[in-house]
Order: sequence, then structure tokens, then C-alpha cells
Amino acid sequence: MPNMGDYNDVYPNFTWKKAEEVLGYDGGPLNIGWYCSDRICEQGKGKKLALIWEGFTGEVEKYTFDELRQNSNTYGEFLRSIGVVERDRVCIFMDKIPDLYFSFLGILKIGAIAQPLFSAFGEEALFTRMENAASSVILTTKKHYRKVRRIKDQLPALRHIVIVDDDSVGLEEREMIFNLKAAKKIDKIEIAKTGPESPSVLHYTSGTTGQPKGALHVHGSLIAQHITTKWVLDLRDDDVYWCTADPGWVTGTSYGIIGPWSLGTTQVVYDGGFGAAKWYRILQDYGVSVWYTAPTAIRLLMKEGTALVKQFKYPRLRHMCSVGEPLNPEGVIWGQEAFGLPYFDTYWQTETGAIVITNFPGMEIRPGSMGKAFPGIEAVVLDLKTHEVIAEPNKVGLIALKPGWPSMMREYWNNPEVYGKKFINGWYITGDRSSIDKDGYFWFVGRDDDVINTGGHLVGPFEIESALIEHEAVAEAAAVGKPDPVNMEVVKAFVALKPGFSPSDDLELSIMNYIRKRLSPLAMPQEIEFVDKLPKTRSGKIMRRLLRAKEWGEDLGDTSTLEDD
Amino acid sequence: MDELEQTILDYVIDEYIEDGEEIGVESPLISAGIVDSFSMVSLKTFLERRYKISIPDDKASPEAFDNVKSIAQVVRDILG
Repeated sequence: MPNMGDYNDVYPNFTWKKAEEVLGYDGGPLNIGWYCSDRICEQGKGKKLALIWEGFTGEVEKYTFDELRQNSNTYGEFLRSIGVVERDRVCIFMDKIPDLYFSFLGILKIGAIAQPLFSAFGEEALFTRMENAASSVILTTKKHYRKVRRIKDQLPALRHIVIVDDDSVGLEEREMIFNLKAAKKIDKIEIAKTGPESPSVLHYTSGTTGQPKGALHVHGSLIAQHITTKWVLDLRDDDVYWCTADPGWVTGTSYGIIGPWSLGTTQVVYDGGFGAAKWYRILQDYGVSVWYTAPTAIRLLMKEGTALVKQFKYPRLRHMCSVGEPLNPEGVIWGQEAFGLPYFDTYWQTETGAIVITNFPGMEIRPGSMGKAFPGIEAVVLDLKTHEVIAEPNKVGLIALKPGWPSMMREYWNNPEVYGKKFINGWYITGDRSSIDKDGYFWFVGRDDDVINTGGHLVGPFEIESALIEHEAVAEAAAVGKPDPVNMEVVKAFVALKPGFSPSDDLELSIMNYIRKRLSPLAMPQEIEFVDKLPKTRSGKIMRRLLRAKEWGEDLGDTSTLEDD
Repeated sequence: MDELEQTILDYVIDEYIEDGEEIGVESPLISAGIVDSFSMVSLKTFLERRYKISIPDDKASPEAFDNVKSIAQVVRDILG
């Protein structure tokens, strides 16, 4: 029997009070760091493994919940010692090493705001996010600190750059070393008196216009993250759980740290890149029983065929979920063929903080469907023009959610105007389109804007275009998503060159690498088309929609505002 | 190290490695997070343009691109 019980019985009677009871929260202070470590120890599970970590060279480290508690205390105390106070933004910019996980909880324990940054970000992407958040401290590693060093002079709010994995780095102004292994372990720390509305985590996400926006979450998000982990990922006390997401993105914190550890679950973290045989070995060697991964990874695994899957054994694997982009029916069916289990697709966003629409254990899966609304979530589709609720089944509209669930973002950092635009007629507008069938299953159709979903990550065209025109050869540029069999979409750039430059293979490669290094590999155009000019409206705005429609073989729609040649 | 491996190594160092880091032809790239699946596209594009070849997707696997030595072997196999 799944943890949730029967969806049809649970949904009508659910209130978020019930979720608080499941968490064991009855008002007063609420601190995610404490719930994920100290409380688990108080429950008598201090000696249970919290983290099994394997690095890319095969080294393995294991930590109990008691060590997780102490190591996060030690990080918290260190940060206090260098002047970090409540609500300060502390960036974590490193690969998936144990320090990332300890420091995340340590930051939360002292009431500061954890600001995870994807370790493959280039300096421009870093700068945009750190400047907007006025981050005070960044925790990083030998591999990544140089990117921070190059931009630190433009970041006056940044007080400390802390390198956590190497004592031998030659330090410059504002840089320092922290070595957790050598530090005196802190057994007791004064946990900040945070409450459900105290800020906790700041994740940046991309939109169509403007630079990325910081979705600010609160400690009360735990109420939703805990129950969705329990009911959707169906974690139980004896599970070994593997979430493949990087904590630079929201899945990696909500379900790669907070949800599972608040339940006292043993987690596997693999800090190696993708490789089908390597991933199957991780599932086998650590006896993973619940696995949360992404459609892009599933499609890459599918490419390797089922013969490789069968070379390994997965006797404990009992539940598999997917997130990041819609999982096509073939992926669900392949899971059944390869592992004897389907993948359960889950839907949510950085802004929602937790799963909102999903396939539930014990519920019939309709391959290709997003599933149904989580209890406590009122989810509808709105008419694309009038924004009225669509009652008719199978009609496409905008997915909208009634605000009020605990893990909803509380603001876009420093950007109230854009935050306000996310709400229409009392609904939170996700920016995604779907239909709902007569039984309440949602069926994803696509984005309602120009944001590019590549490999499960949202990339904003504006951020890419802004970087493109900084390349010495680029006069103007447009970035759109083009279809891709593995990543759903990849970035394609249309580029008009400045006088004196002409298209060439070398120039294309130079522009690709320029974006990769300034922003991130995700933002790098996988294809560049050189054009004489870009389609624009008469008012001079680039008609990205037209370029995207061409890539997708769609109708070009209304072109009456296109400027004349 | 032959000329092919040297060319690829130089390119990887120029484009993917931060100043001061040292790598050799057998250093892991993909599994060490130096090159990811998205960045692989620019590396593959470089090889295709430089050597006037087309590398099929099934040859450009994360395993085959995990170090300079094995990348060079992919190129050699295609060049024949």
C-alpha cells in the first residue's frame, strides 16, 4: 500500500493542516536545517546513514545523520564567525560534494538564505545572480573560485569568498579557506528562531524577458516538501534514495536535500557525469530502491538499449519518478521493459517549490500524462485569452494554481513588478499549457512563452541574446528553442554579423564557446544560423516567435506587424 | 602522445580548463565534470570541422568522450 493511501479518498478531505501533522509541526519555530538533521537524531536515527557519496574517481564517503547534524552545525558556526547574520544570502557554488550538502543545512540553521548556484555557470551567469541578490558570501572550491575572482571587484556586497576543499590556494583580498575536515566539530549550535514565513532558499529561474529572477522560498516550504516526498516519492524508512538532480536547481534542494532528509532517508549522491553503465552500477551497488531522475537522462539511457540494463541487478528498486520536462509515453513504457517498473512523471516549478501535479503510486498511469493535482493544490487551465477557468475537458489552456500552498515562492528577489505579473484573477500562472481530460489527468502541451526548456532546465532567451551581442562579431541575435530528441529542446541562435565579419566554421565555434563560458553549457547554442537580418516588428522588436515557429514547423501566425523589407 | 592527441588536448585545455589546472590525455573529462553533455556538442563540432568528418551520435557517447585518448580513437576510427 502506498504511503498516501487511495488518492480518491485523500484528495477531497485534505488540508495543509494534515500536512503539518504528518511533519509533526504544531506551530512555533520551524527550521529546515533542524528538521533534516537534529530532529532525525532526536528520533533515535543518529547512527543511520544519511549520505552515501561517490565521487567521479570512485572514492566513497559515508555520513550518518549525527555527522550530518555536526557538520552542518560546524558550517553554521563558521559562517556566524565571519559575520553572517540572518537573511544574508550565502551562495553555494561547487560540484555535488558533501560540503555542498552540509553547508546548505548550516546556512539554514543560522537563519541565512541559501543561494545555490549551478557549478557549470560561467562568470556572467554568476555575476547576474550574485549582483541581484547582493550576496554576502560564496562558498566554492579550487575548481571554481577563479570565476568568482574575476568578477568580485564588481560585487561590492560580497564580503567573503570561501574555498572549502584546498588549503594551498594563494589567497587574494576577501578570499579565505575553510576546511571542514580539520575544523573542530560543533556538537551544539543555537538554531535561528525561524518560522514558517522566514526566508530559506533563493533559486534563480529564467523568464522570457529580462534577466533571471530569484524565487525566494521560506522555511514553511518544508510542510509541502515533506509530504510530497512521502506521498509521491513514497519514501519509507528502509529506502535508499537517489535523486540525480544537481542542487544548483530546485529539484536538487527540494527533493535532493530537504524532503528526503526530513524523512530520515538514506540518500545516494553521485558526483560523476552521466554514463549509462555507471548509473546502472550506482543503482545496483548501493541498493537504490527509489530513484528520481529526468526525462533527458531516461532518453539517453533508452539510446543504450535494454541489454545493458540487464547486465546489472536491481533487486531493491521499487519506485521510479521523473521531473524537469514532460516524460513522453515511450519513456514510461521503456521503464517497464527495462526495470519492470514505470516512471511516474511529476510536474512542478522553481516557483512552486514542491510537486503540484503528478502521477501517484497506486494510481493508474496514463503514459504521457502529467497526472493529477496534489491534494491541497487547486489546479485548473485558464482560457488563453480571457483567463477564465476552462470547464470543458481536453481543451488547451494555461495551467494555473490557486495560491496558498506552503512552498509557493514568496517573492522574486528585488523584482515585485515581475512577481505581480505571475498572478491573474487570483491564479498563479505557471506559463505552461495543458489540457485536462474528463478524469482530471493533465496533458502537457508546451510553454506559453519563449523560455527554452533544455534537458529539464529553463533557459531565458533574453539572457543568451544579451551575451551574444557582447561577442565582437555579433550585431544582433535571437535565441529560440529547437526540437531535440534527447533534451526536448536545445538552444538555436540566429545571428547577424557586424560589418567586417563573415560566417565561418571558426566563428560559429567561437560564438558557441563564448556563450558556454560566459553563461553555461545549457545556454550554449547547439546551432548557429547566420542571417543578414532578423525579423522584427515595425517598432523594432525581434519576432522570436516567428523564428521558433519555423524551427518547430508550426504555423507562423499573425505576421501583420512584421516590418517591411 | 601523437599529433592528433596533442591537438585535442590543446583545444580542451584552451576551451574547458581554468588557468592553472593540469590535465593529460587520460584525465577524465565527462565524469570529472570538466565537459558535460551540452559542452560535448562544441567539442564534437570542433573535431568535425577540424578533421572534415561527421561523428555519428552513437560514437559520441559520454564514455567515448571521457578522455583525450579515447576521443582521438573515435576520430582515428572515422578517418580510417
